[in-house]
Amino acid sequence: MFKFILFRLFQSVVVVFAILTLTFFMVRLTPGGPFSAERRMPAYILERINAYYGLDQPLFKQFGNYLGNLLRGDLGPTFTETRTVNEIIAATFPVSAELGLWALLIALILGLPVGILAAAKRNSVIDYGTMSAAMVGICLPTFVMGPILALIFGVWLRWFNVSGWFTAADRVLPALTLGLVYAAYFARITRGGMLEILNQDFIRTAEAKGVSSRNILLKHALKGGLLPMVSFMGPAIAGIISGSFVVETIFQVPGIGRQFVSAAFDRDYFLVQGTVLVYAILITLANLGVDIIQVMLNPRLRFEDSQ
Amino acid sequence: MLGAVLLLITGCHEGPPGADEGVQQGILLLGNGAEPRTLDPHLATGTVENHVISALMEGLTNYHLTDETLAEPGVAERWKRNEDATEWTFYLRSDARWSNGDPVTARDFVYGFERMLTPALGAEYAEMLHVVKGAAAFHAGEVDDFSAVGVEAIDDHTLRISLVGPNPQFPLMVNHYSWFPVHRPTIEAHGGLLARGGEWTQVDNFVGNGPFVLAEWKPNQFIRIEKSPTYWDREIVRLNGIVFYPAQDENTELRMFQSGRLHYTYSVPTNEIAHLQRRQSEHLHIDPFMGVYFYRVNVTRPPLDDVRVREALACAIDRRLLAERVTQGNEIAASSYVPDMFPDYESPVQLEYDPERARRLLAEAGYLNGKGIPPIEILFNTMDAHRKVAEAIGAMWRETLNIEVRLLNKEWRVYLDDQTNLNFMVSRSGWIADYPDPMSFLDLYTTDNGNNNTGWSNSDYDRAIDRARRALTAEERLQLLEEAEAILMADLPVIPIYWYTRKYLKDPRLKNWFPKPLDNRPYKYIYLEND
Repeated sequence: MFKFILFRLFQSVVVVFAILTLTFFMVRLTPGGPFSAERRMPAYILERINAYYGLDQPLFKQFGNYLGNLLRGDLGPTFTETRTVNEIIAATFPVSAELGLWALLIALILGLPVGILAAAKRNSVIDYGTMSAAMVGICLPTFVMGPILALIFGVWLRWFNVSGWFTAADRVLPALTLGLVYAAYFARITRGGMLEILNQDFIRTAEAKGVSSRNILLKHALKGGLLPMVSFMGPAIAGIISGSFVVETIFQVPGIGRQFVSAAFDRDYFLVQGTVLVYAILITLANLGVDIIQVMLNPRLRFEDSQ
Repeated sequence: MLGAVLLLITGCHEGPPGADEGVQQGILLLGNGAEPRTLDPHLATGTVENHVISALMEGLTNYHLTDETLAEPGVAERWKRNEDATEWTFYLRSDARWSNGDPVTARDFVYGFERMLTPALGAEYAEMLHVVKGAAAFHAGEVDDFSAVGVEAIDDHTLRISLVGPNPQFPLMVNHYSWFPVHRPTIEAHGGLLARGGEWTQVDNFVGNGPFVLAEWKPNQFIRIEKSPTYWDREIVRLNGIVFYPAQDENTELRMFQSGRLHYTYSVPTNEIAHLQRRQSEHLHIDPFMGVYFYRVNVTRPPLDDVRVREALACAIDRRLLAERVTQGNEIAASSYVPDMFPDYESPVQLEYDPERARRLLAEAGYLNGKGIPPIEILFNTMDAHRKVAEAIGAMWRETLNIEVRLLNKEWRVYLDDQTNLNFMVSRSGWIADYPDPMSFLDLYTTDNGNNNTGWSNSDYDRAIDRARRALTAEERLQLLEEAEAILMADLPVIPIYWYTRKYLKDPRLKNWFPKPLDNRPYKYIYLEND
């Protein structure tokens, strides 16, 4: 397993580097520059600004400079703000991470038990009811769910602030908006996974031996039943991370999702590269973690390095 | 138990106050549209930045309480001009102070102008200062010595500015942030004159001379400012503080207002206007705004190089219908290019919807009933409002003139580049005045202006604008500008569509806030009071 992890880590580094390089060149070759403005500035001023940021040098030289700075931990300046990319990421990443964690927690706490319950009470009212609700949750995008929650709980009931990230209570609505969609997915996938296991012969054997249904569910079926859910966690984490942009805009959360999107829009080159770097590392690590957990859960799978 | 926990966490309150508490504490809560890119007056270019900067800093003159066309004493308590208004002397008040206690002197202004005009800084609005003698040459790097520029600190409290030509309006121009002074020791302690990084604008470093000081800056959350203890006119400042929220999503801002978190919004979502007019009419305000929405025409691209085609397109637009049914924000159908907001100025040409004339002109140009004319492409940047207008106008052109119209939706920066490179046929555009004068609308279309972007060049027009710049009296100037606009509207390199309005929600407890055509706010007079 150790060799496996090492190999995959090395692979991840290569992937991240490839992404970084692609991003670097793509964003600079995109039409429209960071200093295109509605009020045009004189050519000699534009030259000066480009020189200040090193944008007048040949692309490969700029790339070399960027890599050199990267190795020293300096992700560069921004064109649209006074903070550096390092400062922005240091300030915004923890916020998005916190939001994502709460969302994941809500998704797990709501989705898993509901899925297990629906599988246990298959074809009952509980099953149909919960799965229909889950369908609604999956179909409602965050930019519909968010404003609805904000309207009901923020404007009408005044239980929560409609925006902001100041008090502990401010976490609730954004996390719910982001988490409910994934709760719905988790519920359906868990139900499916559990049902598959519950149909197996060894479960029937356990029932015949007189094992309580609770023990059947939680001791015998759960580990296998959760497998599809675990595989889904990789894309789910990726989705929560990238979905944070919409929630951050609706609820005025100072997270990295908004920086990511507005940087691309503003052609803020270094900020785009910085945020892409963060996302690339996150997603490759998340996928790696999910793969490891999958093998640990399923004895029939093996790491690629063992026979 | 979950309920108890919820109650506990919703009970704890940190962060800025709500609207009611704000009235009690004298803290104004403003929606400010977006996170300011900088608080450096020499690097700022937008209204979002100006709304904050004009609270933290003050120029020679100030915004007037109600009248955008009047200059009010700021750091300068009075001023005088020479006979032909080419030389202005400002007398600064002796009690003007920076927020760290240092006196504000004429030398601070000279330093500010020098910084603004230093080419290596790359200040985007430095062209505003080109009315000063020698400024353009210094800014272009042709001259190295700043003493060649026509600004002089006669003594600590006397500033003399020499201009390239007569400008009776000059005191009104200098309330713009590009003319603000900066505190030299602060700039030099944080990177120096050329530093663009904004280190000196951070909370612990910022030194300004305005009615408020920077207290807290949480990017993408809020900027909080507090009443300044050193401002010369602090006795009349009634607000204790202001919080600016960069709420980019209009709907979020609306919810903030409706849940009692804001006193004033930056905008209103267009599709909420009708609803708000019925339900919250005491909060909703729609005021004329000094800007024009128009279609730029690339006069170098056939068939648009024929003025008859351009005029046909202009006459075929039913602007009233558009303003009533499509834009829905009480916009004003434009009858000319310069908005009808200047009392002594009257646009000479009145545009009218005339489909018969449009068809006749198109036929005269050789395209009877639209036959043989290539498709007209309308370029616009991604925004629902622009798409709706383009679709409506496209339909009008199709119906009236029987021509083919194509809509080209491009992303903002690509659209900007296309416009600059004349890579379009017709392009949606907007222009908001920099200062309250028809010149701010008309000087764009001179031959060498970088914002012309139409390929149009007319020497009569250039002459009229140039003479207007040098006019000795207001009457003469406005007369010449009217002549210029007549030429512009005869040739139609731009097709005006409507004049802007500003929509916002305002808490009635917000007092002394008068609608201004450029939305410049004299925060020192504004206050909050329960009814």
